[in-house]
Amino acid sequence: MTEKTKDILFKPVVENNPIALQILGICSALAVTSQLSVALVMCLALTVVTAFSNFFVSLVRNYIPGNIRIIVQMTIIASLVIVVDQVLKAVAYDVSKQLSVFVGLIITNCIVMGRAEAYAMKNPPVASFLDGIGNGLGYSVILIALAVIRELFGSGSLLGIQILPVVSTGGWYVPNGLLLLPPSAFFLIGGFIWVLRTFKTDQVEAADFEMAPNTRAEVA
Amino acid sequence: MFNKDTVGGTLSVALILCVVCSIVVASSAVLLRPMQQANKDLDRKTNILAAAGLLKEGVSVDSQFEDITVRAVDLNTGKFTDSVDVAIYDQRKASKDPAQSEELVGSDDLAKISRRANIATVYIVEGSEGIDKVILPVKGYGLWSTLYGFIALEGDLNTVAGLGFYEHAETPGLGGEVDNPVWKAKWVGKKVFDSEGKTALTIIKGSVDASRDGSEYQIDGLSGATLTSRGVSNLIQFWLGDNGFAPFLVKLKEGEA
Repeated sequence: MTEKTKDILFKPVVENNPIALQILGICSALAVTSQLSVALVMCLALTVVTAFSNFFVSLVRNYIPGNIRIIVQMTIIASLVIVVDQVLKAVAYDVSKQLSVFVGLIITNCIVMGRAEAYAMKNPPVASFLDGIGNGLGYSVILIALAVIRELFGSGSLLGIQILPVVSTGGWYVPNGLLLLPPSAFFLIGGFIWVLRTFKTDQVEAADFEMAPNTRAEVA
Repeated sequence: MFNKDTVGGTLSVALILCVVCSIVVASSAVLLRPMQQANKDLDRKTNILAAAGLLKEGVSVDSQFEDITVRAVDLNTGKFTDSVDVAIYDQRKASKDPAQSEELVGSDDLAKISRRANIATVYIVEGSEGIDKVILPVKGYGLWSTLYGFIALEGDLNTVAGLGFYEHAETPGLGGEVDNPVWKAKWVGKKVFDSEGKTALTIIKGSVDASRDGSEYQIDGLSGATLTSRGVSNLIQFWLGDNGFAPFLVKLKEGEA
């Protein structure tokens, strides 16, 4: 593996994470992370869609008219998502029932669209494909971390296997109900970003404004 | 040389793209249909068994399903009917066909389904002393979607033996919790009809106080899913009410169905 491929693949995981740095794809990160198994399938589906949509967009990038380029990208992405949805319904019916609308919503996931427009339109197909996988990995890392925390402390289990015996079945662990609700994912993502930016200070954005000291009464 | 930025270029690229994409989408839908259908059938049978509390691990669902008699019921008369072949009758299709269904208006349309099929498929589990369980199909509108499911009643045709939904598109984690086994277990043992024969079973907001009168007709609401809970409550009221299975259940109890 050359230095460049490594960069394309793994930069989006820590240094340029789509969720933590670009703040894209938050919606599904909140919705599908209350169970690890569902989150894993969602990660796989999104990685496949991002990789292939990048690949196909890049393949035809020299033929896409500037006026309708977003529509063309959208059409390619939407077709891929429908195919993924159909495949899931055929081979992983139970999971597809739980993911319900969120597979369809990959179409509007900002990561897919963002990578097609920002990377695949300017780079050759293979590099774009890897970029798609890389960003899918970046998304997956955050989703899996969220899902592990939420399922473990929210229902005391991982992948459906009981790890912490909960009170309702006679154990000692009182599950944290908040973790099963979507807002908890917001707090956790916020925490991740905080930790990440403490160690990678170059990710900290310049402040938009500075706080002025309180205006004194006699000046006003 | 092809110029992509002329009107002709733009149109031809758009046309070619649409044709290619539609072929890909259509062929994936058609080729995977048999597998999806098989999954759906298996899932429906599993749900019928699960709603009745009969689902056993390790035994094939098809062989377990053999103990169940499928019958058709005319909802208008409340009696069994042989006018349709239950093996091929599709209640969901029939409820869209004006010749086989009835329009529901205003307060009659509690479950917000607009049309109700005249004939419903019911599943009867025979025990050693007559009917052991009756499994009835229910459906109704929640927050985003129509929920399709089954409710199973014990042989007394009043006590709930189980409830399960096999198709819905409610919000995962909130309304989607209608699939939560813990919540579904709360239905078991509840009563449907009060002493006057009225359909009393409802979902309330918050949790049920078991010491209060009437708690045997009440189910805890799902937190964060008020509209889904209301939808489920309404669909139970509808399907076990006068426009639903109530006349049939009365006749069945009297042995006249």
